[in-house]
Amino acid sequence: MPVPSPFHERTAALCHSLFWKDWSGYHAVRSYDTCHSREYMAFRHTAGVIDVSPLFKYEVSGPDATRFLSLVIAKDISRLRQGQVTYCCWCDEKGKLMDDGTVTRFEENRYRVTAAEPSLHWFHRYSRGFRVEIEDSTARFGALAIQGPAARQILQESCAEDPGALKFFWSMENRIDDRPVVITRTGYTGDLGYEVWCAATDALPVWDGIMAAGAGSGLQPAGLDALDVTRVEAGFIMNGVDYVSANHCMIESRMSTPYEIGLGWTVNLDRDPFIGQAALRREKERGPRRHLVGLDIDWVETENLYAAHNLPPEVGIAAWRCDVPVFSHDGRQIGYATSGSWSPILKKNLALAHVQPGYHEPGTLLKFEIMVEHERKQVKATVCRTPFFNPERKRKSPHDHARR
Amino acid sequence: MIMPDAEVYSSIKKDPAGSETWDAVIIGGGHNGLVCAAYLAKVGRRVLVLERRPVLGGAAVTEEVFPGFHFSVCSYVVSLFRPQIIRDLELARHGLEIIPLDCSFLPLPDGRSLARWGDGHRTRREIARFSARDAEVYPEFGMAMTRLSRMVKAIIDQPAPEPASVRPKDMLQLLRLGNNLRQNDPDDLYLLSKLLTMSAADFLDEWFESDVLKGPMSVSGIIGTFLGVRSPGTAYVLLHHYMGEIDGAFRSWGFARGGTGQISLACARAAKSFGAEIRTEAGIQKILTKNGRATGIVLDNGDEIHAKNVISNIDPRATFLGLVGRDQFDDEFVTAMERYKYRGSSGKVNLAVDRIPEFSCRPGAGPHLQGDIAIAPGIQYLEKAYDEAKYGSFSKRPYINMVIPSMSDQSVAPPGKHIISMFVQYAPYHIKGGAHTWPEHREAFGDTVVDTLAEYCPGLRDSILHRQVLTPWDLEQDFGLTEGNIFHGELSMEQMLFLRPASGWARYSTPIRKLWLCGSGTHPGGGVMGAPGQLAAEAVLKGGI
Repeated sequence: MPVPSPFHERTAALCHSLFWKDWSGYHAVRSYDTCHSREYMAFRHTAGVIDVSPLFKYEVSGPDATRFLSLVIAKDISRLRQGQVTYCCWCDEKGKLMDDGTVTRFEENRYRVTAAEPSLHWFHRYSRGFRVEIEDSTARFGALAIQGPAARQILQESCAEDPGALKFFWSMENRIDDRPVVITRTGYTGDLGYEVWCAATDALPVWDGIMAAGAGSGLQPAGLDALDVTRVEAGFIMNGVDYVSANHCMIESRMSTPYEIGLGWTVNLDRDPFIGQAALRREKERGPRRHLVGLDIDWVETENLYAAHNLPPEVGIAAWRCDVPVFSHDGRQIGYATSGSWSPILKKNLALAHVQPGYHEPGTLLKFEIMVEHERKQVKATVCRTPFFNPERKRKSPHDHARR
Repeated sequence: MIMPDAEVYSSIKKDPAGSETWDAVIIGGGHNGLVCAAYLAKVGRRVLVLERRPVLGGAAVTEEVFPGFHFSVCSYVVSLFRPQIIRDLELARHGLEIIPLDCSFLPLPDGRSLARWGDGHRTRREIARFSARDAEVYPEFGMAMTRLSRMVKAIIDQPAPEPASVRPKDMLQLLRLGNNLRQNDPDDLYLLSKLLTMSAADFLDEWFESDVLKGPMSVSGIIGTFLGVRSPGTAYVLLHHYMGEIDGAFRSWGFARGGTGQISLACARAAKSFGAEIRTEAGIQKILTKNGRATGIVLDNGDEIHAKNVISNIDPRATFLGLVGRDQFDDEFVTAMERYKYRGSSGKVNLAVDRIPEFSCRPGAGPHLQGDIAIAPGIQYLEKAYDEAKYGSFSKRPYINMVIPSMSDQSVAPPGKHIISMFVQYAPYHIKGGAHTWPEHREAFGDTVVDTLAEYCPGLRDSILHRQVLTPWDLEQDFGLTEGNIFHGELSMEQMLFLRPASGWARYSTPIRKLWLCGSGTHPGGGVMGAPGQLAAEAVLKGGI
């Protein structure tokens, strides 16, 4: 039985669709309306606010906190500056991916780690001998993501201190309705956006403060269905969908390495030992078994297939997450897609797929399976770089303009 | 339309003896005997099942012990019943319905409690109150056990491999099993060898830190054995808990609507639909043999029934030394049967109550009471309970596993009333003064069980309308379970696979030609699996009738 998040009183009152799902044991809104369209458009055109409290959160502190995190995480955390946030992943000894998340460095030796899966036990396993304390603070904090072009303005109006200058993947302490919050310029939409972290007990006033500030800017409460479309457009992978944590895999072939899943850039190999280093080094030399790529599924061919049945093209409005075979141009299966979505703003049919080496270069023509009138068909799909959608505002700060 | 219970028994009153020769006569109408009968009848064999008691099912039986209260008198939960038997015999059509147990509830004497649910996140939160670390290890342990049980499960559904045999077929079977094993991660093979040799408590110590979690998890290693949670070899039995499957879902437990007897009755209906004949109140005094070959049986009333095959659903020692006679076997086999370990260690207490028991640590009649409830507050408690049994007493504070089937099945108790079914360990068959003195201890044993539970449910005593206490002696006298062992012989490593019930005789055949075993005393053993019955039927058919 899922439990309510700290924002439940507010989200439940607004969720007229009664469309909920279980997210890590919490009630989470899929969409406030029966359809998530409006919420998706808010993310891209104004701003959406989504309750992300179910993310697992860990407070890591103590004299050896930096050394410890640099050991368990594939990225060199010692290079992270105070106030900075980083996206990273961690692996087991065999270099197989356990989870991905963010690390925020608050002080010299005080960090917060977010994760998709319960990870306390995993961190504890390696904390022996380190002067480090790890606290599962998941239930102690509420978290809201405010994402979209208007997000900055909304936070500027709701925060005691102006977060306008906060740079991409940096954090700051702030106050909303006089409650202490941490604001990070992070998110899962691939757009300008922030995440607000507050004590669970302050959740309702923080929600109210943000909603009041956003009233004039088109701020919409948004659910997971809208988020799912944006994360596909952003090319973000998802634990449990695009890969499976190594400790949840029955067989080795189901596990992934960072290089296979497009996270090679988060691995810092040449440094002091870290978990999985040797295996990852071998993997990098050998090259991964498969590559994560973006697919642009040809719309004209899709339209033609439907037209043959005298039908307009049909495409689900929601993002999907299931296995779909991907073929080479000559018809051999060379991979599979694990999630995808119609992109309402790009007007493209997108997928994230895993393909064999040799088929992963941008521009490669592949074939993607679709069902048209109960028949399996194949349409052309082009390998392309992710993110599919990458607005300048995502990384840009007002200062950047000034400098120019 | 499901055949009414009464009709299952209707053909029983026919002339017992008759002059005809049956293809097979099955001694004992337990679930395995009935499964065996159904498989034989299904391919056109003339089969007669003879049950000593007036009800079918053996230890898988439902009885209206007190008016309106229908108890699963002995076996009370199911998990391992083979899905292919349900399909082959169309048991759903014959009335089998299994209600899943969604929760394992552990009350603690200090007011705390732990409930493990089907919902993983909910279970994680429950366990995290005792150990945040264990909460996350728990699903990993489940994964490991699932992987291991998949390695081992293959051998449940086939006759036991025979390492000493040089027959090409047997060697091929061994080779296949070996090959299957080799395909697994070496780490899993190492884990399996630990599981085969360690005690349940030691094995769990390697995974978990919280005694609150280890207590109820370790007990699955000792059920039905005269061993403690710290005895080597008990870890393996933990795996059996993860091998259970209902509708393809591993590690799921449930009980049959209408009580465990409905499993047997569904098998009986299937057997009858294929033309088998079933007779109750037909006790057997002797198995007839001629020149080392079974020819039939003699009923208690002296009537003889002749058959081409005699298949015994009763346990090995009772079959060979009781019904055949030791003079028909060589000394080595007799010794093996005498050494085959029974030493029943458990009893059963069934209560009829006028309200749902309320646990002071988690009041109310919530869903936590719809699963199984364990009184197993820690490893120490369990090992201490064993200590008393080792020296010939029943545990003063025993391990209890209980279910309240009437919470999810209204057919078993009058409206507003409930039944509580309690499995209690340890109650050693060989109690001080001798097993025959058990009747003198019966009520004291029942009081101990009620007192133990009342420590967690203060209102229990006032709610009791009726009480049925079954000691190991009663299980032997009433149900024919030798030394009161619920599995027809201990399910310990040295009595499993090709060693069950004796080396060289693990394939349902016996030293007496045309005498077969089909009960839990054969591979793969007890636990209401039905597998021995099915595999025995296959062996009998291969033997050519």
